[in-house]
Amino acid sequence: MAITGSGYSPIVIDHFQNPRNVGELSDANAQASVTNPVCGDVLQLMLKITDGRIVEVGFKTFGCEAAIAASSLLTEMVKGKTLLDVQDITPEVITTALGGLPKVKLHASALAEEALKEALERYGASHG
Amino acid sequence: MRRVYLDYNATAPLLPEALAAAVPYYTSVWGNASSIHRQGREARVAIEDARAQVAHLIGAADPLDIVFTGSGTEAVNLAIRGYADGNRACGQHIITTRVEHPAALDTCRALEQRGFDLTYLPVDGLGRVDPEVLASSIRPQTSLLTLIHSHHEVGTLQPLAALVEVAHGRGIPVHVDAVQAVGRVSIDVEALGIDLLSLSGHKFGGPKGAGALYIRHNLGATMQAVIHGGHQERERRAGTEDVPSIVALGKACALMGDRLTDEYKRLSVLRDRLEIETFSRIPDVHTLGKSADRLPNTTNLSFAGVKGEALVFNLDLLGIAVSTGASCSSRQGVPSQVLEAMGVPREVSEGSVRFSFGWGSTDEDIEHVLDVLPATVERLRKLSPLP
Repeated sequence: MAITGSGYSPIVIDHFQNPRNVGELSDANAQASVTNPVCGDVLQLMLKITDGRIVEVGFKTFGCEAAIAASSLLTEMVKGKTLLDVQDITPEVITTALGGLPKVKLHASALAEEALKEALERYGASHG
Repeated sequence: MRRVYLDYNATAPLLPEALAAAVPYYTSVWGNASSIHRQGREARVAIEDARAQVAHLIGAADPLDIVFTGSGTEAVNLAIRGYADGNRACGQHIITTRVEHPAALDTCRALEQRGFDLTYLPVDGLGRVDPEVLASSIRPQTSLLTLIHSHHEVGTLQPLAALVEVAHGRGIPVHVDAVQAVGRVSIDVEALGIDLLSLSGHKFGGPKGAGALYIRHNLGATMQAVIHGGHQERERRAGTEDVPSIVALGKACALMGDRLTDEYKRLSVLRDRLEIETFSRIPDVHTLGKSADRLPNTTNLSFAGVKGEALVFNLDLLGIAVSTGASCSSRQGVPSQVLEAMGVPREVSEGSVRFSFGWGSTDEDIEHVLDVLPATVERLRKLSPLP
Protein backbone atom coordinates (compact mmCIF):
# COMPACT_ATOMS: atom_id res chain seq x y z
CA MET A 1 0.00 0.00 0.00
CA ALA A 2 1.31 3.41 -0.92
CA ILE A 3 2.38 5.57 1.96
CA THR A 4 1.26 9.15 1.42
CA GLY A 5 3.40 12.24 2.02
CA SER A 6 2.26 12.22 5.62
CA GLY A 7 4.04 8.92 6.22
CA TYR A 8 0.71 7.12 6.53
CA SER A 9 -1.47 5.06 4.23
CA PRO A 10 -4.79 6.54 3.03
CA ILE A 11 -6.55 4.05 5.33
CA VAL A 12 -4.88 5.59 8.38
CA ILE A 13 -5.75 9.09 7.23
CA ASP A 14 -9.35 8.07 6.59
CA HIS A 15 -9.77 6.50 10.04
CA PHE A 16 -8.13 9.50 11.69
CA GLN A 17 -10.36 11.95 9.86
CA ASN A 18 -13.54 9.86 10.01
CA PRO A 19 -13.23 7.59 13.01
CA ARG A 20 -15.89 4.86 13.25
CA ASN A 21 -17.83 3.89 16.36
CA VAL A 22 -16.71 6.81 18.51
CA GLY A 23 -18.27 7.17 21.93
CA GLU A 24 -19.37 5.28 24.99
CA LEU A 25 -21.88 2.44 24.98
CA SER A 26 -24.45 2.75 27.73
CA ASP A 27 -25.16 -0.99 27.62
CA ALA A 28 -21.63 -2.30 27.19
CA ASN A 29 -20.98 -5.61 28.94
CA ALA A 30 -17.25 -5.82 28.19
CA GLN A 31 -14.78 -3.00 28.40
CA ALA A 32 -11.18 -2.07 28.98
CA SER A 33 -9.13 1.08 29.37
CA VAL A 34 -5.47 0.61 28.48
CA THR A 35 -2.56 3.02 28.61
CA ASN A 36 0.74 3.01 26.79
CA PRO A 37 3.13 3.85 29.61
CA VAL A 38 5.77 5.20 27.23
CA CYS A 39 3.82 7.76 25.25
CA GLY A 40 0.77 8.10 27.47
CA ASP A 41 -1.82 7.08 24.86
CA VAL A 42 -5.11 5.92 26.41
CA LEU A 43 -7.68 3.74 24.66
CA GLN A 44 -11.06 3.03 26.16
CA LEU A 45 -12.88 0.21 24.38
CA MET A 46 -16.48 -0.82 25.02
CA LEU A 47 -18.22 -3.89 23.63
CA LYS A 48 -21.74 -5.21 23.82
CA ILE A 49 -21.63 -8.98 23.43
CA THR A 50 -24.80 -10.96 22.80
CA ASP A 51 -24.84 -14.72 22.24
CA GLY A 52 -21.10 -14.84 21.66
CA ARG A 53 -21.17 -12.06 19.11
CA ILE A 54 -19.93 -8.45 19.37
CA VAL A 55 -23.06 -6.56 18.39
CA GLU A 56 -22.05 -3.05 19.40
CA VAL A 57 -18.69 -1.38 19.89
CA GLY A 58 -17.53 2.05 20.96
CA PHE A 59 -14.16 3.67 21.68
CA LYS A 60 -12.46 6.79 22.89
CA THR A 61 -8.77 7.46 22.38
CA PHE A 62 -6.35 10.01 23.74
CA GLY A 63 -3.33 9.63 21.53
CA CYS A 64 -1.55 10.40 18.33
CA GLU A 65 -3.09 10.09 14.87
CA ALA A 66 -1.95 6.46 14.54
CA ALA A 67 -3.50 5.51 17.89
CA ILE A 68 -6.82 7.06 16.88
CA ALA A 69 -6.78 5.35 13.48
CA ALA A 70 -5.84 1.95 14.94
CA SER A 71 -8.61 2.21 17.55
CA SER A 72 -11.19 3.10 14.93
CA LEU A 73 -10.09 0.33 12.60
CA LEU A 74 -10.20 -2.20 15.42
CA THR A 75 -13.81 -1.34 16.15
CA GLU A 76 -14.68 -1.90 12.50
CA MET A 77 -12.85 -5.23 12.49
CA VAL A 78 -14.69 -6.63 15.49
CA LYS A 79 -18.19 -5.28 15.01
CA GLY A 80 -20.62 -8.08 14.17
CA LYS A 81 -17.98 -10.77 14.65
CA THR A 82 -18.17 -13.76 16.99
CA LEU A 83 -15.73 -14.08 19.86
CA LEU A 84 -14.16 -16.95 17.93
CA ASP A 85 -13.68 -14.73 14.86
CA VAL A 86 -11.76 -12.05 16.76
CA GLN A 87 -9.40 -14.23 18.74
CA ASP A 88 -6.84 -14.21 15.95
CA ILE A 89 -6.51 -10.42 15.87
CA THR A 90 -2.89 -9.54 16.56
CA PRO A 91 -1.07 -6.18 16.36
CA GLU A 92 0.29 -7.33 12.98
CA VAL A 93 -3.22 -8.01 11.67
CA ILE A 94 -4.27 -4.49 12.66
CA THR A 95 -1.13 -2.95 11.14
CA THR A 96 -1.70 -4.79 7.87
CA ALA A 97 -5.34 -3.72 7.76
CA LEU A 98 -4.20 -0.12 8.28
CA GLY A 99 -2.05 -0.42 5.15
CA GLY A 100 1.08 -0.42 7.28
CA LEU A 101 2.44 1.96 9.91
CA PRO A 102 5.80 3.68 10.33
CA LYS A 103 8.00 1.64 12.67
CA VAL A 104 7.82 4.23 15.43
CA LYS A 105 4.01 3.98 15.36
CA LEU A 106 3.60 0.22 15.70
CA HIS A 107 2.68 0.84 19.34
CA ALA A 108 -0.70 2.08 18.06
CA SER A 109 -1.70 -1.38 16.80
CA ALA A 110 -0.30 -2.94 19.95
CA LEU A 111 -2.47 -0.69 22.14
CA ALA A 112 -5.61 -1.53 20.13
CA GLU A 113 -4.96 -5.27 20.38
CA GLU A 114 -4.23 -4.97 24.10
CA ALA A 115 -7.56 -3.22 24.68
CA LEU A 116 -9.48 -5.91 22.81
CA LYS A 117 -7.70 -8.71 24.63
CA GLU A 118 -8.28 -7.14 28.02
CA ALA A 119 -11.95 -6.44 27.34
CA LEU A 120 -12.50 -10.05 26.24
CA GLU A 121 -10.60 -11.44 29.21
CA ARG A 122 -12.71 -9.43 31.59
CA TYR A 123 -15.84 -10.56 29.79
CA GLY A 124 -14.67 -14.17 29.96
CA ALA A 125 -13.96 -13.88 33.67
CA SER A 126 -17.44 -12.57 34.46
CA HIS A 127 -19.37 -14.70 31.99
CA GLY A 128 -17.29 -17.88 32.37
CA MET B 1 -6.14 24.71 0.15
CA ARG B 2 -4.69 27.72 1.92
CA ARG B 3 -1.38 26.78 3.53
CA VAL B 4 -0.25 28.62 6.65
CA TYR B 5 3.26 28.10 7.96
CA LEU B 6 3.74 28.84 11.66
CA ASP B 7 6.82 26.78 12.42
CA TYR B 8 9.59 29.36 12.13
CA ASN B 9 11.45 27.86 15.09
CA ALA B 10 12.00 24.80 12.88
CA THR B 11 13.02 26.90 9.90
CA ALA B 12 12.05 30.09 8.11
CA PRO B 13 11.55 30.59 4.39
CA LEU B 14 14.49 32.23 2.66
CA LEU B 15 14.13 35.99 2.34
CA PRO B 16 13.81 36.82 -1.40
CA GLU B 17 16.53 39.47 -0.98
CA ALA B 18 18.86 36.87 0.51
CA LEU B 19 18.26 34.58 -2.44
CA ALA B 20 18.83 37.42 -4.89
CA ALA B 21 22.08 38.32 -3.13
CA ALA B 22 23.31 34.73 -3.37
CA VAL B 23 22.54 34.05 -7.04
CA PRO B 24 25.51 35.93 -8.58
CA TYR B 25 27.83 33.84 -6.42
CA TYR B 26 26.49 30.72 -8.10
CA THR B 27 26.45 32.10 -11.62
CA SER B 28 29.29 34.57 -12.09
CA VAL B 29 31.44 35.11 -8.99
CA TRP B 30 32.21 31.46 -8.30
CA GLY B 31 35.89 31.70 -7.37
CA ASN B 32 37.53 29.99 -4.41
CA ALA B 33 37.99 32.67 -1.77
CA SER B 34 41.45 31.30 -0.95
CA SER B 35 42.74 31.87 -4.50
CA ILE B 36 45.10 34.70 -5.33
CA HIS B 37 43.54 35.50 -8.70
CA ARG B 38 40.76 37.90 -9.41
CA GLN B 39 37.90 35.38 -9.15
CA GLY B 40 39.20 34.36 -5.76
CA ARG B 41 39.56 37.91 -4.56
CA GLU B 42 35.99 38.73 -5.57
CA ALA B 43 34.73 35.79 -3.53
CA ARG B 44 36.91 36.89 -0.62
CA VAL B 45 35.45 40.40 -0.66
CA ALA B 46 31.92 38.97 -0.61
CA ILE B 47 32.70 36.77 2.40
CA GLU B 48 34.28 39.61 4.34
CA ASP B 49 31.30 41.88 3.60
CA ALA B 50 28.99 39.18 4.93
CA ARG B 51 31.20 38.74 8.00
CA ALA B 52 30.78 42.45 8.78
CA GLN B 53 26.99 42.13 8.37
CA VAL B 54 26.84 39.21 10.81
CA ALA B 55 29.11 41.03 13.28
CA HIS B 56 26.94 44.14 13.09
CA LEU B 57 23.73 42.24 13.90
CA ILE B 58 25.14 40.82 17.15
CA GLY B 59 27.14 43.88 18.16
CA ALA B 60 30.58 42.31 17.63
CA ALA B 61 33.17 45.05 17.33
CA ASP B 62 35.56 43.04 15.16
CA PRO B 63 34.18 41.06 12.19
CA LEU B 64 37.22 38.78 12.39
CA ASP B 65 35.71 37.36 15.57
CA ILE B 66 33.03 35.73 13.38
CA VAL B 67 33.68 32.21 12.08
CA PHE B 68 31.35 30.86 9.40
CA THR B 69 30.15 27.28 9.88
CA GLY B 70 27.90 24.89 8.01
CA SER B 71 25.05 25.14 10.55
CA GLY B 72 24.04 26.40 13.95
CA THR B 73 24.70 22.92 15.31
CA GLU B 74 28.24 23.02 13.95
CA ALA B 75 28.76 26.43 15.55
CA VAL B 76 27.59 25.02 18.90
CA ASN B 77 29.89 22.01 18.52
CA LEU B 78 32.84 24.24 17.68
CA ALA B 79 32.11 26.52 20.62
CA ILE B 80 31.80 23.81 23.25
CA ARG B 81 34.24 21.19 21.97
CA GLY B 82 36.66 23.71 20.53
CA TYR B 83 36.85 25.60 23.80
CA ALA B 84 36.77 22.57 26.10
CA ASP B 85 39.50 20.73 24.23
CA GLY B 86 41.63 23.80 23.70
CA ASN B 87 41.48 24.67 27.39
CA ARG B 88 41.50 21.20 28.92
CA ALA B 89 44.53 22.10 31.01
CA CYS B 90 42.50 24.89 32.70
CA GLY B 91 39.81 22.53 33.91
CA GLN B 92 37.46 19.79 32.83
CA HIS B 93 34.22 20.92 34.41
CA ILE B 94 31.56 22.43 32.17
CA ILE B 95 28.26 23.90 33.31
CA THR B 96 25.16 23.82 31.15
CA THR B 97 21.38 23.65 31.67
CA ARG B 98 18.62 21.06 31.49
CA VAL B 99 16.87 22.95 28.73
CA GLU B 100 19.51 22.88 26.01
CA HIS B 101 18.85 22.06 22.39
CA PRO B 102 20.30 18.65 21.41
CA ALA B 103 23.13 20.46 19.58
CA ALA B 104 24.57 21.52 22.94
CA LEU B 105 23.17 18.69 25.07
CA ASP B 106 24.63 15.91 22.93
CA THR B 107 27.95 17.74 22.59
CA CYS B 108 28.13 17.99 26.39
CA ARG B 109 27.28 14.31 26.73
CA ALA B 110 30.03 13.45 24.26
CA LEU B 111 32.50 15.43 26.37
CA GLU B 112 31.25 13.63 29.47
CA GLN B 113 32.09 10.31 27.83
CA ARG B 114 35.59 11.61 27.22
CA GLY B 115 36.16 12.37 30.89
CA PHE B 116 34.78 15.89 31.35
CA ASP B 117 32.55 16.64 34.32
CA LEU B 118 29.23 18.23 33.41
CA THR B 119 26.70 20.02 35.57
CA TYR B 120 23.18 20.36 34.15
CA LEU B 121 21.54 23.28 35.94
CA PRO B 122 17.84 23.05 36.84
CA VAL B 123 15.38 25.71 35.69
CA ASP B 124 12.32 27.34 37.21
CA GLY B 125 8.76 26.90 35.99
CA LEU B 126 9.38 29.30 33.14
CA GLY B 127 12.59 27.62 32.01
CA ARG B 128 15.08 30.07 33.57
CA VAL B 129 18.33 29.37 35.39
CA ASP B 130 18.71 31.05 38.78
CA PRO B 131 22.01 32.99 38.92
CA GLU B 132 22.47 31.87 42.54
CA VAL B 133 22.17 28.24 41.53
CA LEU B 134 24.78 28.88 38.86
CA ALA B 135 27.07 30.53 41.42
CA SER B 136 26.87 27.53 43.74
CA SER B 137 27.69 25.08 40.95
CA ILE B 138 30.98 26.73 39.98
CA ARG B 139 34.13 24.81 40.95
CA PRO B 140 37.81 25.67 40.68
CA GLN B 141 37.97 23.31 37.67
CA THR B 142 35.04 24.93 35.84
CA SER B 143 36.21 26.01 32.40
CA LEU B 144 33.02 27.00 30.55
CA LEU B 145 29.37 27.91 30.99
CA THR B 146 27.28 27.04 27.94
CA LEU B 147 23.61 27.94 27.88
CA ILE B 148 20.74 28.47 25.53
CA HIS B 149 19.66 32.09 25.02
CA SER B 150 16.00 31.41 24.44
CA HIS B 151 14.23 28.16 24.26
CA HIS B 152 12.86 26.79 21.01
CA GLU B 153 9.77 25.22 22.57
CA VAL B 154 8.45 27.99 24.81
CA GLY B 155 10.60 30.99 23.87
CA THR B 156 11.68 31.91 27.41
CA LEU B 157 14.78 34.12 27.55
CA GLN B 158 17.46 33.35 30.11
CA PRO B 159 18.44 36.18 32.50
CA LEU B 160 21.61 36.42 30.49
CA ALA B 161 23.18 39.55 31.94
CA ALA B 162 22.96 38.19 35.49
CA LEU B 163 24.27 34.76 34.49
CA VAL B 164 27.20 36.20 32.54
CA GLU B 165 28.04 38.42 35.48
CA VAL B 166 28.19 35.45 37.85
CA ALA B 167 30.34 33.41 35.46
CA HIS B 168 32.71 36.28 34.69
CA GLY B 169 33.00 37.08 38.38
CA ARG B 170 34.64 33.67 38.71
CA GLY B 171 36.66 34.03 35.51
CA ILE B 172 34.58 31.61 33.48
CA PRO B 173 33.80 32.36 29.82
CA VAL B 174 30.25 31.96 28.52
CA HIS B 175 28.97 30.35 25.34
CA VAL B 176 25.45 31.35 24.34
CA ASP B 177 23.42 29.19 21.93
CA ALA B 178 21.46 32.03 20.35
CA VAL B 179 20.17 30.07 17.37
CA GLN B 180 16.51 30.90 18.18
CA ALA B 181 17.25 34.47 19.24
CA VAL B 182 19.43 36.07 16.58
CA GLY B 183 17.36 38.07 14.13
CA ARG B 184 14.41 38.08 16.53
CA VAL B 185 15.61 39.95 19.61
CA SER B 186 18.35 42.47 20.01
CA ILE B 187 21.66 40.88 21.02
CA ASP B 188 24.85 42.74 21.79
CA VAL B 189 27.80 40.50 22.59
CA GLU B 190 29.93 43.46 23.67
CA ALA B 191 27.34 44.94 26.03
CA LEU B 192 26.62 41.53 27.57
CA GLY B 193 30.24 40.43 27.54
CA ILE B 194 29.39 37.17 25.79
CA ASP B 195 32.51 35.20 24.87
CA LEU B 196 31.11 32.72 22.36
CA LEU B 197 27.81 32.94 20.53
CA SER B 198 26.29 30.50 18.03
CA LEU B 199 23.77 31.49 15.38
CA SER B 200 22.03 29.91 12.43
CA GLY B 201 20.89 31.67 9.26
CA HIS B 202 17.82 29.64 8.41
CA LYS B 203 15.85 30.50 11.53
CA PHE B 204 15.36 34.09 10.42
CA GLY B 205 15.39 34.10 6.62
CA GLY B 206 18.91 33.10 5.68
CA PRO B 207 19.79 29.83 3.97
CA LYS B 208 20.10 26.43 5.57
CA GLY B 209 23.69 25.27 5.75
CA ALA B 210 24.94 28.63 6.98
CA GLY B 211 25.76 29.26 10.61
CA ALA B 212 28.31 31.31 12.47
CA LEU B 213 30.18 31.36 15.73
CA TYR B 214 31.30 34.54 17.42
CA ILE B 215 34.59 34.01 19.27
CA ARG B 216 35.81 36.88 21.44
CA HIS B 217 39.28 37.64 20.16
CA ASN B 218 41.07 36.91 23.45
CA LEU B 219 39.73 33.33 23.32
CA GLY B 220 40.59 32.80 19.69
CA ALA B 221 44.10 31.45 20.20
CA THR B 222 42.92 28.79 22.65
CA MET B 223 40.13 27.39 20.48
CA GLN B 224 40.74 24.02 18.88
CA ALA B 225 39.29 23.36 15.43
CA VAL B 226 36.68 20.64 15.12
CA ILE B 227 37.06 20.29 11.34
CA HIS B 228 40.63 20.06 10.08
CA GLY B 229 41.97 20.35 6.57
CA GLY B 230 42.74 23.90 5.51
CA HIS B 231 43.49 27.45 6.56
CA GLN B 232 39.97 28.77 6.03
CA GLU B 233 38.32 30.87 8.73
CA ARG B 234 41.72 31.48 10.32
CA GLU B 235 42.21 27.76 10.90
CA ARG B 236 39.09 27.47 13.00
CA ARG B 237 36.92 25.85 10.38
CA ALA B 238 38.54 24.13 7.43
CA GLY B 239 36.76 23.67 4.12
CA THR B 240 36.18 25.82 1.04
CA GLU B 241 33.72 28.52 2.02
CA ASP B 242 30.15 28.26 0.70
CA VAL B 243 30.21 31.78 -0.71
CA PRO B 244 26.57 32.05 -1.90
CA SER B 245 25.22 30.80 1.45
CA ILE B 246 27.53 33.10 3.39
CA VAL B 247 26.47 36.06 1.25
CA ALA B 248 22.80 35.18 1.78
CA LEU B 249 23.35 34.83 5.53
CA GLY B 250 24.98 38.26 5.60
CA LYS B 251 22.10 39.75 3.65
CA ALA B 252 19.54 38.19 6.00
CA CYS B 253 21.45 39.60 9.00
CA ALA B 254 21.47 43.08 7.47
CA LEU B 255 17.75 42.99 6.64
CA MET B 256 16.59 41.57 9.94
CA GLY B 257 18.85 43.96 11.80
CA ASP B 258 17.16 46.89 10.07
CA ARG B 259 13.71 45.49 10.83
CA LEU B 260 14.42 44.14 14.31
CA THR B 261 12.43 46.68 16.35
CA ASP B 262 9.47 46.73 13.94
CA GLU B 263 9.41 42.96 13.60
CA TYR B 264 9.61 42.50 17.37
CA LYS B 265 6.49 44.63 17.78
CA ARG B 266 4.66 43.15 14.79
CA LEU B 267 5.27 39.53 15.83
CA SER B 268 4.40 40.25 19.48
CA VAL B 269 1.05 41.57 18.31
CA LEU B 270 0.39 38.48 16.18
CA ARG B 271 1.36 36.18 19.04
CA ASP B 272 -0.72 38.05 21.60
CA ARG B 273 -3.73 38.03 19.30
CA LEU B 274 -3.42 34.27 18.79
CA GLU B 275 -3.16 33.69 22.53
CA ILE B 276 -6.00 36.00 23.55
CA GLU B 277 -8.38 34.77 20.87
CA THR B 278 -7.54 31.12 21.51
CA PHE B 279 -8.31 31.61 25.19
CA SER B 280 -11.60 33.27 24.42
CA ARG B 281 -12.72 30.70 21.85
CA ILE B 282 -11.44 27.43 23.37
CA PRO B 283 -11.87 26.31 27.00
CA ASP B 284 -9.13 24.61 29.04
CA VAL B 285 -6.07 25.96 27.27
CA HIS B 286 -2.76 26.48 29.06
CA THR B 287 0.06 28.61 27.83
CA LEU B 288 3.60 27.79 28.85
CA GLY B 289 6.14 30.44 29.74
CA LYS B 290 3.78 33.34 29.15
CA SER B 291 4.84 35.45 32.12
CA ALA B 292 8.55 35.25 31.28
CA ASP B 293 10.61 37.54 29.12
CA ARG B 294 10.32 35.64 25.90
CA LEU B 295 10.82 35.61 22.17
CA PRO B 296 8.20 37.69 20.37
CA ASN B 297 7.50 34.97 17.83
CA THR B 298 6.82 31.87 19.93
CA THR B 299 3.84 30.63 21.88
CA ASN B 300 3.29 27.21 23.34
CA LEU B 301 -0.36 26.34 23.89
CA SER B 302 -1.58 23.19 25.57
CA PHE B 303 -5.09 21.86 24.97
CA ALA B 304 -6.36 19.66 27.80
CA GLY B 305 -7.50 16.18 26.76
CA VAL B 306 -5.84 16.33 23.35
CA LYS B 307 -2.51 14.87 22.30
CA GLY B 308 -0.39 17.65 20.82
CA GLU B 309 0.87 15.33 18.11
CA ALA B 310 -2.65 14.46 16.93
CA LEU B 311 -3.54 18.14 16.82
CA VAL B 312 -0.41 18.98 14.83
CA PHE B 313 -1.23 16.18 12.39
CA ASN B 314 -4.85 17.27 12.09
CA LEU B 315 -3.90 20.90 11.52
CA ASP B 316 -1.47 19.84 8.82
CA LEU B 317 -4.29 18.02 7.02
CA LEU B 318 -6.15 21.34 7.19
CA GLY B 319 -3.20 23.31 5.78
CA ILE B 320 -1.61 24.65 8.98
CA ALA B 321 1.99 23.77 9.79
CA VAL B 322 2.87 23.90 13.50
CA SER B 323 4.83 21.58 15.77
CA THR B 324 4.99 19.83 19.10
CA GLY B 325 7.96 18.99 21.28
CA ALA B 326 6.06 16.03 22.66
CA SER B 327 5.69 13.30 20.11
CA CYS B 328 5.75 9.51 20.38
CA SER B 329 8.30 9.35 17.60
CA SER B 330 10.43 12.40 18.36
CA ARG B 331 13.82 11.56 19.78
CA GLN B 332 13.15 13.84 22.73
CA GLY B 333 10.39 11.43 23.68
CA VAL B 334 7.25 12.09 25.62
CA PRO B 335 7.04 14.23 27.57
CA SER B 336 9.48 16.74 26.18
CA GLN B 337 12.59 16.84 28.38
CA VAL B 338 12.56 20.62 28.28
CA LEU B 339 8.99 20.88 29.53
CA GLU B 340 9.73 18.19 32.11
CA ALA B 341 12.70 20.25 33.37
CA MET B 342 10.32 23.20 33.74
CA GLY B 343 8.08 21.02 35.92
CA VAL B 344 5.21 21.10 33.44
CA PRO B 345 2.78 18.29 34.37
CA ARG B 346 2.71 15.48 31.84
CA GLU B 347 -0.94 15.98 30.94
CA VAL B 348 -0.14 19.58 29.99
CA SER B 349 3.05 18.86 28.06
CA GLU B 350 1.33 16.05 26.14
CA GLY B 351 -1.21 18.50 24.80
CA SER B 352 1.25 21.20 23.90
CA VAL B 353 1.58 22.71 20.45
CA ARG B 354 4.10 25.32 19.41
CA PHE B 355 3.19 28.18 17.09
CA SER B 356 6.20 30.20 15.91
CA PHE B 357 6.12 33.16 13.56
CA GLY B 358 8.54 35.08 11.40
CA TRP B 359 9.03 37.52 8.59
CA GLY B 360 6.41 35.97 6.31
CA SER B 361 3.69 35.66 8.97
CA THR B 362 0.60 37.83 8.59
CA ASP B 363 -2.57 38.71 10.40
CA GLU B 364 -4.44 36.58 7.83
CA ASP B 365 -2.39 33.57 8.96
CA ILE B 366 -3.57 34.08 12.54
CA GLU B 367 -7.12 34.59 11.33
CA HIS B 368 -7.00 31.30 9.46
CA VAL B 369 -5.68 29.45 12.52
CA LEU B 370 -8.42 30.97 14.65
CA ASP B 371 -11.01 29.83 12.09
CA VAL B 372 -9.76 26.25 12.08
CA LEU B 373 -8.40 25.60 15.58
CA PRO B 374 -11.54 25.59 17.77
CA ALA B 375 -13.40 22.96 15.72
CA THR B 376 -10.27 20.82 15.41
CA VAL B 377 -9.66 20.83 19.15
CA GLU B 378 -13.34 20.12 19.74
CA ARG B 379 -13.27 17.15 17.35
CA LEU B 380 -10.25 15.58 19.05
CA ARG B 381 -11.66 16.24 22.51
CA LYS B 382 -14.84 14.35 21.54
CA LEU B 383 -12.60 11.39 20.70
CA SER B 384 -10.77 11.59 23.99
CA PRO B 385 -11.59 9.53 27.09
CA LEU B 386 -9.87 12.12 29.30
CA PRO B 387 -12.07 14.60 31.14
